[in-house]
Order: sequence, then structure tokens, then C-alpha cells
Amino acid sequence: MADEKTTSDLWVAGTEEPDWIVAGTDEGAQVMDRDETEGRLTEQRGTRVVDDFVIDDSVADDERMIVNMGPQHPSTHGVLRLSLELEGETVRRVKPIIGYLHTGMEKMAESLTFLQGGTNVTRMDYLAPLHNELCFSLAVEKLVNIELPPRAHAIRVLMTELNRVSSHLVATATNGMDIGALSIMMYGFRERELILQFFEKTTGLRMNHNYIRPGGVAADLPEGWEDDVAEIVARIRSAMDDYEDLLKENSIWKGRTQGVGIITKAECLAYGITGPTLRATGSDWDLRKSQPYSGIEQYDFDVISGTNCDVYDRYRVRIGEMLESLRIVEQVANSMPGGDYMTDDRKVAPPPRRRINESMEALIHHFKIYTEGFRVPEGEVYVAVESPRGELGCYIVSDGGSTPLRMHTRAPSFANLQALPVMMADSLIADAVASIASLDPVMGDVDR
Amino acid sequence: MARLSTPPNFLMTRLGTAVRWAQTQSMWPATFGLACCAIEMMATGTAHNDLARFGMEVFRASPRQADLMVVAGRVSQKMAPVLRQVYDQMADPKWVISMGACASTGGMFNNYALVQGVDQIVPVDIYVPGCPPGPQSLMHGILTLQDKVMTGELAR
Amino acid sequence: MGDDVAEVESAEEARHAGLESDLPEDTVLRAVVEPVESAEVIGTESDVVVRVDKADLAAIAVSARDAGFEMCVDVTAVDYKGKRRTRFEVVVNFMSHQHNQRIRVLASVPEDDTTVPSLVPTYPGTNFFEREVYDMFGISFEGHPDLTRILMPDDWVGYPLRKDFSVGAVPVQFKEANQV
Repeated sequence: MADEKTTSDLWVAGTEEPDWIVAGTDEGAQVMDRDETEGRLTEQRGTRVVDDFVIDDSVADDERMIVNMGPQHPSTHGVLRLSLELEGETVRRVKPIIGYLHTGMEKMAESLTFLQGGTNVTRMDYLAPLHNELCFSLAVEKLVNIELPPRAHAIRVLMTELNRVSSHLVATATNGMDIGALSIMMYGFRERELILQFFEKTTGLRMNHNYIRPGGVAADLPEGWEDDVAEIVARIRSAMDDYEDLLKENSIWKGRTQGVGIITKAECLAYGITGPTLRATGSDWDLRKSQPYSGIEQYDFDVISGTNCDVYDRYRVRIGEMLESLRIVEQVANSMPGGDYMTDDRKVAPPPRRRINESMEALIHHFKIYTEGFRVPEGEVYVAVESPRGELGCYIVSDGGSTPLRMHTRAPSFANLQALPVMMADSLIADAVASIASLDPVMGDVDR
Repeated sequence: MARLSTPPNFLMTRLGTAVRWAQTQSMWPATFGLACCAIEMMATGTAHNDLARFGMEVFRASPRQADLMVVAGRVSQKMAPVLRQVYDQMADPKWVISMGACASTGGMFNNYALVQGVDQIVPVDIYVPGCPPGPQSLMHGILTLQDKVMTGELAR
Repeated sequence: MGDDVAEVESAEEARHAGLESDLPEDTVLRAVVEPVESAEVIGTESDVVVRVDKADLAAIAVSARDAGFEMCVDVTAVDYKGKRRTRFEVVVNFMSHQHNQRIRVLASVPEDDTTVPSLVPTYPGTNFFEREVYDMFGISFEGHPDLTRILMPDDWVGYPLRKDFSVGAVPVQFKEANQV
């Protein structure tokens, strides 16, 4: 095994040095813990990737060919691997193979405190990080049973709805780019920059903010935020006209997206598919309306549904949802309550930093919360929010300690991927690309 | 070609410089966006922070046509052989930028599922820290790479 | 250690026993629970939780679907090693659009018999979720069309989310530190 030295040999840490000149230094070289992995690493060679797609031999047909798409592919929205069984240009069957971005986040969560959990969870669905944080925080708050001030709820709604707009912008941009409308990619990311700059001003980071924490939000909105938000709303609304001009009546776009990637409402419900894909089938199920959270029921907005269950309708649903989210953002900005942005319960929420110099209790609370973490009573809870991809749920089991016993995220993209075999059966390869793009899977969410 | 095997003389020096200049000015990245850093890489390539002014907006899907692999995101155990295979398929001269904390060292995920640093698998030329690094950090990394190639420090 | 575990579990049963009497008016819940012998409602104020024997998991899925729970939202598992007598617990979440209700079903799975009936014939959307539970915990689902690893590589040894599988943290060496 060690004698075959082909160029595709994997250099395993801990075996003999390879022949090339490594431009970096070897300080910081690490020895991997091999107890559980003995023998496994030597098996992982690129030339022998195990293909677990099972072919039914009774359907022997010389015309059929299995073609692999991904995991490194420009159109699979991340590291998704599809095993396509092709008959000419027609896709007969497809099997999604995932796990190429598995990060062990649920295992990590068991060793991170409830305050640190947000940093972990936010990197799951990295296009809608605030939704992940919101879901986790709501679950923890339900277990700890605390009330939040109204300003915290309003800030959360503002930030998550802006996040929904930025996520749908990426979805539309990449949807267009995959189908060939390259300019929509430029437009979408141009508008997204506005929102990301606002996020950077408020939370400190463009993505993966760790801003929504159990107890409220991490910091107050910055000075002049009303003007920023008003500008964002105005500019994105006018940019929507650009998108509509480009795509809505475009005959090429319609030809490539109408009638493509059909999945019916009954199939969606059976496969557990939620989000814009479900709403494009005619359902008006939206967790913000049916099981509202964070005070969103006080704002006036509509649920956008489609009629045909195809890629074009999903695109229309996303555009509509962006406009509705902008409506919500406007209402929140006009009615933002004053007060605290974080709960007063010092057992859960750390005190504002300036108080640490003034008060001994504040210092002790800060110290305990950031080092040991706050204790959460025993129990289990499942909380779901409506993320841009569908129902994002967080199931937390606590044993009374400061880290969760089990933290599980019900990822919407993980369930939505099960729609692919249904959507892509008996379609063309080009339609396969359109279908994946319209499902908008985020592989961080799928693999966690 | 950039590595000089003959004694330096006027003609070969000029030619070497010209070749290195050409290599830096149109270095085509391979699409290897994995996770959150991929979104920031896409943002670097689009209008607001324009990578096209450095000759790089052409992200080649085929590794055979690419010079630069920007490993953007966390590399899991299952993805590691794929990464190595894509790297091997790239033609010389090739460079690797490890973008983000997860690609450089495993980031915040020091666990069973991730390769702790992509330099365990491929030789890395530039490490760009951040989680995720903003477009400006990535561009700084790319320009540093271009400088190093230009001066001949990273000989290929 | 064994005594602590027994204590925890009996305390839990005692706490839950008092709550089952306050949900009999809920006709939807009764439609789910009545056809299944071993179902026992342990509810909290906001979450409706039903505990069943693991053999009845498929049966309660069928009764849930017939009662109007069109969607099975989530299938996952928890490892209670050292904290409970039966080590694993499979957790299934159902959602009804027409009644706007959720139900959570728990089934204890002992360490020596980790086979559970699969929900895929009733809810095809649990396919990936069950594969993930198999991959992460080693709990097999009987009747699943393709029970293989989904997140880890196919030749991986071990079940990562079990408590006896270490996180796998790599010791980080720094320049100035003495070499370990």
C-alpha cells in the first residue's frame, strides 16, 4: 500500500515526508489523533472514492450511464455531489450525496457554553446566520424561561428580515448565474453590499455575526441607523425594478424556468419540504404567520405563494418575499420601541461593559457568564423559525449544566434536498442545474 | 521558466521578469468555494470589490485551466481527497491561497470532522486569516501573492 | 453511579405522571395517541410530547398521518449515557398544517438493541434524517431503503455523536512552547 507512489496519493500527516518543496513552514505541524482513525486515512484516496449509488440490475439498459456531478462544481451551490443516471440527455434518476462539508457542529455544541453556542450555530446556514442565532437563542430562552424587552424583539425582527433580503438576493443572483444570466449576479451582490455594510456597522461582522444571543442582542443599533435603513429600503426597492426588467418577462428566462423542476404540494408535505419551494406550490404556510415568534405578528405583511410549482414561481416567490421583508423593515424602523436591548436577568445576560468598572456584581456576573457559562434548567425544547430556506428548528436537551447535552438543528436545506430526485426525474441535465439553484440549498446547513 | 538556470544576463532577466509579470496579471482562480468564505470570495469577485481589475474575475470551473486555488471554507474529512485530486489536476505553475481560519488551521472547529488546516494536504502559499475574511483581506492576500511571484520569492 | 441513574429516571417519571391528565379534550392528539397501545402523553404547557415504545414508532407515525399531521419535520436521537437507564432516545417531530399543531414523539432505545422501525414508508421525507441518525448514533432503522452513512465517509469507524466518541480535538503546538 505504501509502495504505490502515484501523484494522487494523499499525504497523510505522520507518514514519510513527500518530495515536493512546501512553500510554507512546518511549524505548527500537528499530529492527528489516530485512535479512532487507524487505517481509515490510508483508504481515502481520490482514485478510490466509494460510490454508494446502487443500480437496480433488473433494469439493465446499455443506454444508461452514471455521471457524477460535483462535489467541486460551479453550479451545485457548494459541495453537493449528484450521481445522475443518464439516458442520453435525460436524467432518469438522481442521488444526492452529501457530507462534504460536515463540520461536527452538533458535537462541538456539546462542549461550548450556551453563550458560545451562537458562534457555532451561526455558521450552519451561512447565508442567513442571524436566523440560526435567533432559533438557538429562542430555544435557550424557552428553557431558561425569561422575558425579553420589546426593543430586543424589534431589533431581532429588523435584523432577521434584512438577512432574509440578503439571502434571497444571493439565491436570485446565483440562480440567474447558474442559468446564464450573469448580470443578475452583479446586481444581486451590489444590493447585498448595502445590507452587509449595515450589518458590519451594527454587529461588527459582515457575515456570521454572533449578534443575537440568549437574552437579547449583543449591542444596540448604532447612531443614525434609521437613515441607513431608510436608504437600504429605498435603494433595494428601486433595484427590484432592475431585476424585474431583466428577468420577469425575459423569454429566455421563462423558457428555462417555466415548467421546470415541478414538485407538487402533496409531495412537498410528504418529503418535509418547507420554505419558498412549498409556497410556490400554492400553500401559504409561513411560520411567521402560523406560529409567530419574536413579536412579528404586530407587523403587517403578506405571505407570497405561487401557483405552478416550477422554478419560475419559486423565483417570483423570492422576489415577493424580499419586498414583503422590506415592508416589515420599514414598519419596525418607524415603530422601534426604546429601552433595553438585552434582558435584565444577570444570570443569563452579561452586563453592559461600562458597568464592569462601576459595580463588583457586574464584574462577577460578567466573569462567570463568559468563563463557566450560565446554567440552563433541565429539559428539552424544540423551537422553529422561518428561515429563508424553510423551517429552521433547534432541538436542545439540557441536563442542568452550562453546556447542552444535545443540540440538534433541523436544517431546512437538508430536508429540501430530498426534493431533488422528485424534481429531476425525467428532466434534462440543464434543467437539473435550474432545479438545484431554485431549491437554494446551503451546504453548511445540510451537512452541519 | 521563471526559475533562472543560466547566469543572469540582460536578456534572460528581462524575459524572466516578463514571464512572472504575465503570471501575476492573469492568474485564474479555480472555483473551490466550500462554505461561508466562498460567499465572501463571490462578493470579492462582484461589482463592489472588483477582482476583475486584477485579471481574476474568470473563475475557471475546470482545474486544468486554473492557476490559483483559493481554498475558501472548511475542509472536511470526506472532502480532503477531492481537494487533493483537484490540486493534482491543476497544471504547473500553480498557487494555493488558504482563505479563512478553517482552511488555514481548522478554525474554531477543532474536532474529528475537519482537516486541521489545508496545508496538511496541499502546499499553501498565502494564508488569509478571518472568519470570514472580508473582501479587502482577501484582496490583500491576492496582491501579496502577486508581489511574491513578481519578485521571484515563490519560485515555481 | 447506577443508583444516581435510577434516581434520575424515577424522578422524571414521577414528574411526568402528573401532567398527562390535562390534555384529553384535544381531539387531534387523541386521534394520534389512541390507536397506539404504548403511547403515553407527557406534555409541558407549550410542547406536546408523547412517549412510545420503540416498536410502535411506525404505528404512531401512521396514526399521526391519519390524524392530519402531514409533515414529519425532524427525526433525531439523543445519547443519555450515564444519565438514564436506557441509553438512546429517538425523537420525532410531527407538524400539522391544517390544525397548526406540533407533536413530539420520544422512544427509548436500549444500547443492546438499537433497531427501530423506519418511518420512511409513511413519510418519505425522513429518509435523510434516519440515515443521519444511523451515521451519528448507530441506531438502525428497519425498513429503510438505503441505510448507509450520509455525513461521514463511507469507511468511517465509529458513531460520532455518541458520548464515548471523543470530539477529536487536535493538540495545537505553538512556536514558543516546549515540544510535546
